[in-house]
Amino acid sequence: MRQKALFIVPYALWIVLFVIAPLALIFYQSFFDLNSHFTLANYQDYLTSATYLKMTLNSVWYAALITVVTLVISYPTAYVLTQLENRQFWLLIVILPTWINLLLKTYAFIGLFSRTGSVNQFLQFMGLGSHQLLFTDASFMFVAAYIEIPFMVLPIFNALIEINPSLLNASKDLGATSWQTFRRIVLPLSMPGVKAGIQAVFIPSLSLFMITRLIGGNRVITLGTAIEEHFLTTQNWGMGSTIGVVLILAMFIVMFITGDSREKGGRH
Amino acid sequence: MKKLWGALLGIIALCCLLALGDYLMNRQSNGTGGRTLTVYNWGDYIDPALIKKFERQTGYHVDYETFDSNESMLTKIRQGGTNYDVVVPSEYTVQRMKKEHLLAPLDHRKLTNFHYIDQRFLNKDFDPGNKYSVPYFWGTLGIIYNDQKVAGQDVQHWSQLWNPQFKNNLLLIDSARDVFAMALITQGDSVNTTNYSKLKQAQHHLQALTPNVKAIIADEMKMYMEQDEAAVGVTYSGDAREMMSVNHHLHYVVPSEGSNIWFDNMVIPKSAKNKQAAYQFINFMLQPENAAKNAEYVGYATPNKAAKKLLPKSVTADQQFYPPESTMKHLQTYKDLPRRVLGEYNDLFLEFKMFRR
Repeated sequence: MRQKALFIVPYALWIVLFVIAPLALIFYQSFFDLNSHFTLANYQDYLTSATYLKMTLNSVWYAALITVVTLVISYPTAYVLTQLENRQFWLLIVILPTWINLLLKTYAFIGLFSRTGSVNQFLQFMGLGSHQLLFTDASFMFVAAYIEIPFMVLPIFNALIEINPSLLNASKDLGATSWQTFRRIVLPLSMPGVKAGIQAVFIPSLSLFMITRLIGGNRVITLGTAIEEHFLTTQNWGMGSTIGVVLILAMFIVMFITGDSREKGGRH
Repeated sequence: MKKLWGALLGIIALCCLLALGDYLMNRQSNGTGGRTLTVYNWGDYIDPALIKKFERQTGYHVDYETFDSNESMLTKIRQGGTNYDVVVPSEYTVQRMKKEHLLAPLDHRKLTNFHYIDQRFLNKDFDPGNKYSVPYFWGTLGIIYNDQKVAGQDVQHWSQLWNPQFKNNLLLIDSARDVFAMALITQGDSVNTTNYSKLKQAQHHLQALTPNVKAIIADEMKMYMEQDEAAVGVTYSGDAREMMSVNHHLHYVVPSEGSNIWFDNMVIPKSAKNKQAAYQFINFMLQPENAAKNAEYVGYATPNKAAKKLLPKSVTADQQFYPPESTMKHLQTYKDLPRRVLGEYNDLFLEFKMFRR
């Protein structure tokens, strides 16, 4: 028994040093003002400032949109993938872009979307004229969704692939149409994957900041932009940390909402 | 059990590695002194040939390190454990460093080449009597435009940027101070105002500019202006010069009603290990032929009067980068504002960015 307890030590150490300690530091830092006096003013400012609240709503709204768009694209993709013969190969193709640095991918899109970029050249060739593509909400959503898609496809794919085929056969044998089978069997059984995917996409989307500037031209403002500014420009680390704490709370809320009924969706 | 020890050792080894890395990095910047001079400057902001020349002339070994923002440089020096002998901060950062007692006062008897500097660039508000700093380069904030899309006379003044003809065609630099400077000047206020209602008024004014603003970006502006993505941009003279060397349709204007003028300055931090060498280096950089060579390489405007005479006429007569006296007297430097006020600038700027057209 004592031996077994010892096995926890490395994991506990790891979690304390590299997960809990940084979080605690952010939390600690958020209680200090510009003159390093202990204060609750940062939270008060945050909660009473129309700017920050609006920004939070903005972030949640864009993150939700990105998540929905990603989900709508990823679920059918994952479903089709499971039906394919060489599914591992195709899955690899879907995941491949995550091996490339985020910044490089973003710059590639600047090249595609700019006035003299490939997309506009193609549009002109087709006689559709050139359009303003960069710095629009649409291009921001497009790039953000593109970047997040692999993180949504993977968990959904895993959930779908684990569904016992005999359940599907039984459903058909008992006279269910393929829509009914999908609606009553496949969808409920794949819900854990969908929830995991939402967690993996929604939370990072809340704090996107590089894409908001590079593709959104700072016309899309999220909490990430504010954190960057507080740490780099105003050097108000307290306020930056406060916003960080808000993001962490948002993460817990999302985990709570999406993690709720996991047990019920069991396969056994 | 073996695995357990393996994992534990792994974590301990990782911590040791991190500590070692920290130690090595500190030692690298600490282990100098004697015959070494450590210079901490912006990236690509000196002619490397001059460093070689200085080493040959004096026998010192030069350690040249770079930073990319005043704030990151300040954080590093503030945390201690550094021993830079010469640092090149911008003027508002000189003021901040002075306030935080990070700078060593300069001994003007040792600055034998100080007299080469143009009187106009001395004794500025941020450092009266140049007790702590020696100007290195200077530049301005201004308007860059593409002559294929805009006629020159339409972009001579800040207020013209509000013209509806630039709808969705204007790029702004992502910096609260600079964007507010533009608005404050159009309403006739100081770029250093701490009056909240004036700032609020400027923000209101900026919100009227929103339909014209295509994007608020940083370094990427160079690429966008070079690729004709927008007609007009608000940027710094140094960046403008870089853009113009790539795209010959671009021109730079410093509005005659006023703008920001900034200085990068050589200072000696208190923590310097080799002050002797620091003075020699500053004198070396002030030497007219060296300063001229440096200005030619870097491309910014030099405050060195004697060096300016050595530069080709085509450079020094260029009013884009050496504005006429009538404009010069309207240029304002940024002062280091209290952090509370800076916070206000930035919060209002964030609000402006969130304002939808």
